[in-house]
Order: sequence, then structure tokens, then C-alpha cells
Amino acid sequence: MSDHVPLTTDTAEHELLSFRVGEQEYSVDIMSVREIRGWTRATPLPHASAYICGVINLRGTVLPIIDLAKRLAIDVAPACERNVIIVVQVNGQTLGLVVDAVSDILSIPQSEIQSPPEMGGDHGPTFVKALTIVEGRMLRVLDLDRVHPPMDADAA
Amino acid sequence: MTKPDPMAEIRASFFLECEELLEALQDGLLALDGGDKDPETINICFRAVHSIKGGAGAFGLDDLVRFAHRYETVLDAIRNGTLTPDHDTMLLFFKAADFLSDLVRSSQTGDGLEPDLVEGTLLDLESFTGDAVKEEEAATDFEPMAVSLDLSDFDLPSGTVYRVIFAPEPELFKSGNEPQHLLRALAEAGTARITCDSSKLPRLEALDPENAYLSWTVDIETEVSAEDLTELFDFVDGLCSLVITEVSNAPPDKPDLPAPPPDAVDISNPGAPLASPTLQKSNGTRPTQTPNATVRVDLDRIDRLVNLVGELVINQAMLSQSVAEAGLTSDSQVTSGLEEFMRLTRDIQDSVMMIRAQPVKSMFQRMSRIARETSGAIGKRVNFLTEGDNTEVDKTVIERLADPLTHMIRNAVDHGLESKSDRLAAGKSEEGTITLSAAHKSGRVIIEISDDGDGINRPKVKQIAETRGLIPPGQDLSDHEIDALLFLPGFSTMTQVSDLSGRGVGMDVVRSAIQSLGGRISITSVKGRGTTFSISLPLTLAVLDGMVITVDGETLVVPLSAIVETISLMDDDVKRLGPDTNVIHIRDVFVPLVDLGVELGYRSAPTDYEGRVVLLISQEDGARMALLVDTIEEQRQVVIKGLQATYGRVPGIAAATILGDGKIALIVDPVDLMTRASGKTGTPSEDLQLAG
Repeated sequence: MSDHVPLTTDTAEHELLSFRVGEQEYSVDIMSVREIRGWTRATPLPHASAYICGVINLRGTVLPIIDLAKRLAIDVAPACERNVIIVVQVNGQTLGLVVDAVSDILSIPQSEIQSPPEMGGDHGPTFVKALTIVEGRMLRVLDLDRVHPPMDADAA
Repeated sequence: MTKPDPMAEIRASFFLECEELLEALQDGLLALDGGDKDPETINICFRAVHSIKGGAGAFGLDDLVRFAHRYETVLDAIRNGTLTPDHDTMLLFFKAADFLSDLVRSSQTGDGLEPDLVEGTLLDLESFTGDAVKEEEAATDFEPMAVSLDLSDFDLPSGTVYRVIFAPEPELFKSGNEPQHLLRALAEAGTARITCDSSKLPRLEALDPENAYLSWTVDIETEVSAEDLTELFDFVDGLCSLVITEVSNAPPDKPDLPAPPPDAVDISNPGAPLASPTLQKSNGTRPTQTPNATVRVDLDRIDRLVNLVGELVINQAMLSQSVAEAGLTSDSQVTSGLEEFMRLTRDIQDSVMMIRAQPVKSMFQRMSRIARETSGAIGKRVNFLTEGDNTEVDKTVIERLADPLTHMIRNAVDHGLESKSDRLAAGKSEEGTITLSAAHKSGRVIIEISDDGDGINRPKVKQIAETRGLIPPGQDLSDHEIDALLFLPGFSTMTQVSDLSGRGVGMDVVRSAIQSLGGRISITSVKGRGTTFSISLPLTLAVLDGMVITVDGETLVVPLSAIVETISLMDDDVKRLGPDTNVIHIRDVFVPLVDLGVELGYRSAPTDYEGRVVLLISQEDGARMALLVDTIEEQRQVVIKGLQATYGRVPGIAAATILGDGKIALIVDPVDLMTRASGKTGTPSEDLQLAG
């Protein structure tokens, strides 16, 4: 399973699951999505980064939950029952992303997907790996590899 | 291995078999050493070595074949009675068995062993047989062997004896028939003795794989008529030559049979290794200990089952909770049905855990080898005894126990037992005794290592701890506290660091290894009488007895094994120590106060302690802390869910579990928490060790 966007064929279509975080629209490759579930209060993990909500019980497995708004530094109200958890698989690991709402499933031809422009003013990690336009609105394709918390020495 | 190799699987199963054979060899040697005169015992040893040799030959493991062959020759000498085993012979046999397992292991990994070592042990072995063994002999063993099926086990009433001569034509094989099935059917009809005539078999290079060369002669004693016997061959009518004649009253073991080749294989007992030479046994002398039927299962599958059962337990807890919330009376059908369900779940859980359990025997055998090697290296005579070999412990526990035990056995031989002269002077026998025992005790496994040495030299231990700066000089310590010093990092009592133990990695490593398994270790030592290390371990790593507590609205679980007592605080129990640190005063001992909520970053330190609850946590070395929590909910068994795989290690947290309401609760790691306990209401770990 790869959420890598190939840039070779123009005819290929990408199926993306789009969702909203605050006022911004993001999407992920639908193939990396395992399920979408309602919000559950996560058990907080001590000494974890601020964007880690904690862990929830996903049918017997311990699933780490990432607050995408905090990860992307988007100012939103704290997570509550109105939020949704998208369960994704990245590099063989399963994790949950808290988003505000899931909007749509879109088929976007490769030709309409462009790489994000490089911005001199941007420092730190960028979480957008591609951009596209849907009905006049900009849709960001999320780079899941970067969202996924790096396992530091202590957490390895 | 670079690419998938069809041989790899066969190889793997050969090495698995080797493990079993080596174990059988060890058992046999131990029995011999214990004075067992049963000829079957030496046969077992011989067969084990022979089977290893046979398998090794098939895989071209020449070193292994060579060594096994000579070993076998010496064992054969004992079997023939030309050599009587004495103490030295047995020692050498043990050494050779150890060496054989080294060879097997090195063949498995592909690393070579020191050729000098091989030759040295070989020469030692051969000195017993006198004449050197010719290499060619090994080769002759792998010529195609004739197979004789000794199916004489069937104890049927005697009847007529028939001789069935069955020679399949090539067409029989082409039409997909299998002589084995026919022979088996035949054997079921009565008491059969089947011999295979392989005389027509050409050399391998001349062999046409599509031709049929073998024929079988079956002497069968049966009540079935000749017609019925012929009927068995109906399906292969015309595909073979079949002659059935009546032999009057001939016993099955008639010498006028085509003489079975000497290297016939007894395949009537599926447990017997295939390549071993036959020991034609009559029904009476067959060993009475038939091995239990076993199935080899991939560990992954068992783990999956364990996980599923874990989920079942969680689900059941959730169900009970919702039933309780529904407010049903305790005599309703749902409630009684649920109770039955709970009992079943518990049974299933226990059974599944039992699958993972293994007898500690194989590990104990490894330890007996360690004891032999260590004692050999430092020139002490040691009598190594094991007790409770069949005690079953979780496989993972066994695996992770091997290193600490190795260390402790070496310590026992090296430090525990006195030197020969000291022993004699103390009026003890020259040979020291080390006992390794395992037993189940109240839901835990107790493993004890005891020696009959001089016991812990407490003044010396204390003095060393003082010189190393581990404790301030001039302290008044109890015996128990001095013993606990052995577990401090960087402690080694041996003034002379020996090759085998005392390399600075000491008992502290042992202790942390045991603790990571959820175990405890303790010492009892009597001056002049010896020392006993006692390890207490949980039966399984999958469930844990825990105390469910809450801190700042979060539910957590503290392992019950770490909790000594629970105390309700009075305000004046708490004494200020540093600007941010406090101790509590319990029965004339000051114990550092650690707020779980602060340590886990849930809240800032409270100021009022009146009526608060603390759990008194103790480590094996006596280090203690008082863990401040908000409430104690209940005491229950929880299923351990690792965090490592999904998230990574969390400081102070051992794992997670799922509670009855489906929420995740974290399981506190008291040892980790204690070493990390920082500021606020806790004190640094150095001071902790003095608190006990």
C-alpha cells in the first residue's frame, strides 16, 4: 500500500478522501484509509507531544490518535463529539487522525495534481505533498509519512 | 540463503529434530550417570547420535557427520559391553554431547567451529575405543537401506500364517497407487511382518526413476482367508505380481525368511528416529514410556489465539458491565448465563496460556551444561541437581530467563562454592552441590538456585560497598539489607576478576531482567551453609493482576506485585524534605512521596495531603516510594496490550489494557517510574535506595 503520488502517467486517476480541518480542506489517498469512526475520548499518554491525543481501543488494539489540527498548527476548538477519526495505515502502522468532518470521495486525474510550490518563508516540516483544485477550491493532499510521529530513540 | 530454497524447510525441520534428539541424548546420559543399567538407555543415546549423523549426512554437514560417527562408535562400544562407563567416561560423554550440540548449532548458522577443538574432543573420545575409526565407515551408512516394517505390535488371536509376495509393476506407480497403503491395509488384517527385497535395486546412477525395483514379502498371521487378502489388492489387479501362499504355523520371526538386511529400520513406532538402526524388539521389551502425542505449531498462530482470547476477555468484561448497567437482577437468566460465560472464558484463557507453556527442562539442561563448563574451567567439582524439570512456564519467560540464570549459575559455581581446600577444611565433601529447582506456588513460578557453599560473606560485602562508594561508611545495616547490596549496579565481590563471572555486569543486570518479566528475586543465605537465590515469576506475560486506580480523572493500573500496602494519609505524615520534595513517615521509616499525576504530567503538585491515598511500592532491593493516587477502584486481572508496536515506549508506563467499558487504561511501570521520579514531590533515585 502506497500513498505515493506517481508523476509519470497523466491518465491515471487518484481517488482521494477529502476532509476538513478547521477552515482548510485536506485529502488523503483513499487506499491508505482503513475506516472512519466517530470521535471517542482518547486516553492521554504521559510525556507525549501535544498533537498526540492519546490512544483509543479499536476492537482490541491500542490505536494512537493524532490531533491533525494541532499537528498542522491550525487554530480550532478542542476536539469534541462533533469530530471524526479517520483510521489510516502508514508504513504498516495504523493510526487515527482527528479531523473536523469528512467531506467527499474525489477522483482527480493525475494531470490536475500539482506539486506544492516551494516557499522561502516556510520553515519546519511541510505536510502537503500535492495540491489540486476542486470546484474552485484548493485541496491539499496530505503527506501521511510526515504526519506520522517519528519514533525517537526513547519511543523506539 | 539468498533465495527461497525448498531444502531450507527440510533443513529447518532437521535442526528442530536435532534439538529433540540432543535433549533425548542428555536425558539418556543423565540416566546412565545416575547408574541406569537398562540397555535401552544406552540405545536411546546411540539412536539420538545416529539420527543426527544420518540427517547431517543428507545435508552434507561433514563435520557433524564425522563427529557424530565417532561418538556413536564409542557409544556402540558401551552398548556391546566392551566398555564400561565410569565417572570420567561419563564426563567426556557429557562434554561430547555439549560439543555435538555446538556443532549442530554451528551447522545451523553456518559458522565453523575451531578445528582444533573438534580434533581434541575426537581424540579424547577415541582413546576409549582404542583403534582409530576409519572415515569410510561413515560413508557406508548412507547407501540405500532396505526397509523392514515391523508391524508385529498388533496383538490379534493367532490364525493361519500366509506369505504374501507382492512385487509392483511400474504401471502400479503410474496409475497413482502406493504400495505403502496396501501394505498398511494388509498389516491391519492381522499380525504382519513385512520385509522389503531391494536386491533388484541398481546403483543410483543406473536407477530409472520410473521403474519398479522393490518387492515385499509379508508374513501375516491372520484369521482372514486368503481370498480376503487377495481382495485387498483388487485395485492393483494386473499391476503387480501377487503370490499368496499358506505357511503352516510358522512364527513370524522365521529364519527362512529372506534375511532382513542388518540396517533395517523400525518404522512401526512413529516416534522412533527414522535413520536409526533397528533394534528388533519384541512386544515385551518396548520401552514403556511412550511419548505424548504432540503437534508442532507455529508460534505466531498461538500468539494470534492468545490475542483473540485476550479480546474475548475484554469483550466479556464489557458485556458484564452493560448487563450491570441495565439493572438486571442477579437471578435473571442473563446474569446466570453471563456467569457461565465468564467461567468458560476463564477456562479458555487458562488453556490457551497452557499452550504457550513449556517445561523448563530444556533450559535446565542448558544450565547443567553451564555448571559443568564453569566448574571445569575453575577446577571445582560440582554436583548439579535439578528439581521440577517438568514445571511449565510461558515460553517467552523461559527464553528471557536463560541469560540471568546462566549468570547466576556461574556465580554460584564461582563465588557461591568454596575452593576444594576450604570445603574440606569446613568438613564438607570435596564436591559442591548446586540445585536448580522450579515449582508452581500460588499462581507464580518459583525458581531457586541454591549452593551448599559458605554463604554470603556479609562483612566483606558491606566493606566492598563502602569502598566503592555505594553506601556511606559506618552505616548499620541488617543482614537483609547487606544481601540487597549485591544487586547494586557495579558490585562484584570477587577480588580477582575471573574469566567466567564478575565482569562488572552483575546481579543488577540479573535483577532488572527478572523485573522486566514481572518477577522478583530474593536471597537467603546462611553462613557456612550456603546461599539460595529465589526468583518468583508470573505464569504468563499476557495477563496481570493489577490495582485499578484513578489520578486526575484518568484510570490507570498498577501491578499488584509491586504494591506492598495502601495507606490513607494524614497531613502530618507528610514531611517536607527539599523545596519541592516530600517524604512520608511510615512506622519510623521515611519514604519518598511521588505523585503519580505529577510524574505523568497530568497535574501540578497538590498542597493538601489529608485523606489522600498512597500505594507503598517496593523494589526487591528495598527501595521504596509512596505513590500518591486519587482513588483506588478495584483489584482485577487485566489483559496486557503492548504499546511498543503501535506507539513506542512511554516513560513510566509498561503497557496498556482495555477496561470493561472499552476505555484504555495505562499500566504503570513502578520500577521505571521510581528511577525517573523527578522533583515536585519525589526525590532523585540515588536517595531512594537509602530509604529502605
